[in-house]
Amino acid sequence: MSETYEEIKERLSLIDKVTPPRSAWSCVQMARNIKRPGTMDYINLIFDDFMELHGDRSFADDPAMIGGLAMFGDRPVTIIGTKKGSNLKENLDCNYGMSKPEGYRKALRLAKQAEKFHRPVISFIDTPGAYPGIGSEERGVGEAIAFNLKKLATLKVPTLSFITGEGGSGGALGIGITDKIYLLENAVYSVITPEGFASILLHDPSKAEEAANIMKMTSHDLLELKIINGIIPEVEEGAHTNPEFTAEAIKQTIEKDLNTLCAKDPMSLVRYRLRKIRSIGASPDQHEWWQPLLSLMQKAEKVKN
Amino acid sequence: MSNTIKCPGCDKELSVKELRDNLGICPSCGKYFKIPWEYRMNLIVDENSYQEFGGEMQSCNILGIPGYDEKLADNKLKTNQNDAVSTGLCTIDGQKAILCSMNFTFMGGSMGSIVAEKLTAAMIQGALEDLPVIICTASGGARMQEGIFSLMQMAKTSAAAALMEEVSVPLFIVLTGPTTGGVTASFAMLGDVILAEPQALIGFAGPRVIQGTIGQELPPNFQTSEFQLDHGFVDAIVERKDLHKTLSFLIKTHKRVEA
Repeated sequence: MSETYEEIKERLSLIDKVTPPRSAWSCVQMARNIKRPGTMDYINLIFDDFMELHGDRSFADDPAMIGGLAMFGDRPVTIIGTKKGSNLKENLDCNYGMSKPEGYRKALRLAKQAEKFHRPVISFIDTPGAYPGIGSEERGVGEAIAFNLKKLATLKVPTLSFITGEGGSGGALGIGITDKIYLLENAVYSVITPEGFASILLHDPSKAEEAANIMKMTSHDLLELKIINGIIPEVEEGAHTNPEFTAEAIKQTIEKDLNTLCAKDPMSLVRYRLRKIRSIGASPDQHEWWQPLLSLMQKAEKVKN
Repeated sequence: MSNTIKCPGCDKELSVKELRDNLGICPSCGKYFKIPWEYRMNLIVDENSYQEFGGEMQSCNILGIPGYDEKLADNKLKTNQNDAVSTGLCTIDGQKAILCSMNFTFMGGSMGSIVAEKLTAAMIQGALEDLPVIICTASGGARMQEGIFSLMQMAKTSAAAALMEEVSVPLFIVLTGPTTGGVTASFAMLGDVILAEPQALIGFAGPRVIQGTIGQELPPNFQTSEFQLDHGFVDAIVERKDLHKTLSFLIKTHKRVEA
């Protein structure tokens, strides 16, 4: 049988300088494994009950993006997540997890609803990216993702995201700007697929394996680069062989984070999130750039009320 | 070196001077050519009012991607700029504003950490000093050489737009060709008013990616400014000659009038 939760935690705590257990390329394959547990599996394993809420109130309901309400212990939460489906029919219905604009707008609607009723938002991400199609462009998939990024950046409730398989570019980021971001041990997160990177920058699409290494897309790479807050352990053979184990690790993470984050006032959540977002890449020299802005925001808020 | 350019719209041979005198638009068929950012900047701002800031910031090869350092060096030489955006203070009919101009000539206007930080700093300065911010976009999207960092710059610039919204300072976007990928899916679609130059390519996924996915022909006009106007994502298409007066009007109409 596989390792226990404690054993994996122990293993992960030792991971600092040792070679990661899997190569980047084998993580990519693991993340894309068709048997890998999806958002619905984790929802069922982690939350006491779940009611799905449909539609963007404007155009359609996108089966590739699910969302709804659940109880986490005594706490009501909002869940949003991409869905790849667990059989061929579902895969086709869900476009293999590629959301259309209406999917992102549904997620936005539910995030705003969560803010209104002071519920934390938890998102589960496993998508190759947003759906590239004529309809997607006609209905403004770029605009839809952009509005999610803008709203999630200043959402006044605690937010968490878990990338469970593929974190595919803007399509993943569109529901992934949160207070804390976690990757499953064998999940990946990148701006483009390794195949795309190989063909554009290495001028050879067959060099995807090499690209996966260069790109720094694994959980260990991203933790080291401080893009994510932590790694959710999987059993040695991968999450699909023991979804309960990974679900338990996610559950404990949610519990710990919500205890801390729900105690904070909304403005300090926003301040923390904005500081974190701006610190990625090139960051400004001034230390407390957000301070005057937050006072302005508070003033604006008072005028509105 | 040839001093004429063949217009892809009507095949007419145009002299560089003729094209320049007509704001980079073919005088015979009206085809819009890409123009250097300084040229557009000068069309927008009051004469000699542009004062650049942040120009000293430089990108670094954060992931150690092979070839990126050389590419940066080449593009700096080619453009005489440190990266793909210029940010500065200006006046438009005497009204103070911040203008950001992306430069497609510098690595396809791609957004890496420096481009995003400069845009973010400009938007935050606008929010703090109550100055309208204008961004002229021209970008293929996120800069692949910066990997996950470039993806996160979409979050950063969108967060800056959110801050502007929170304090009700206007953001005006001028979409120019091409504007695609991670730039379309972040600040470029977050303006209070979104203008577009005629005939620009504006979209999220590249046309070839879409064609590869759906395996069918794309409709004519797909992902042009006119297409975006038809589908409700652009407020107005504005001719180059009208950019100055349109932006001046927008600044005037977005001032808060004291009761």
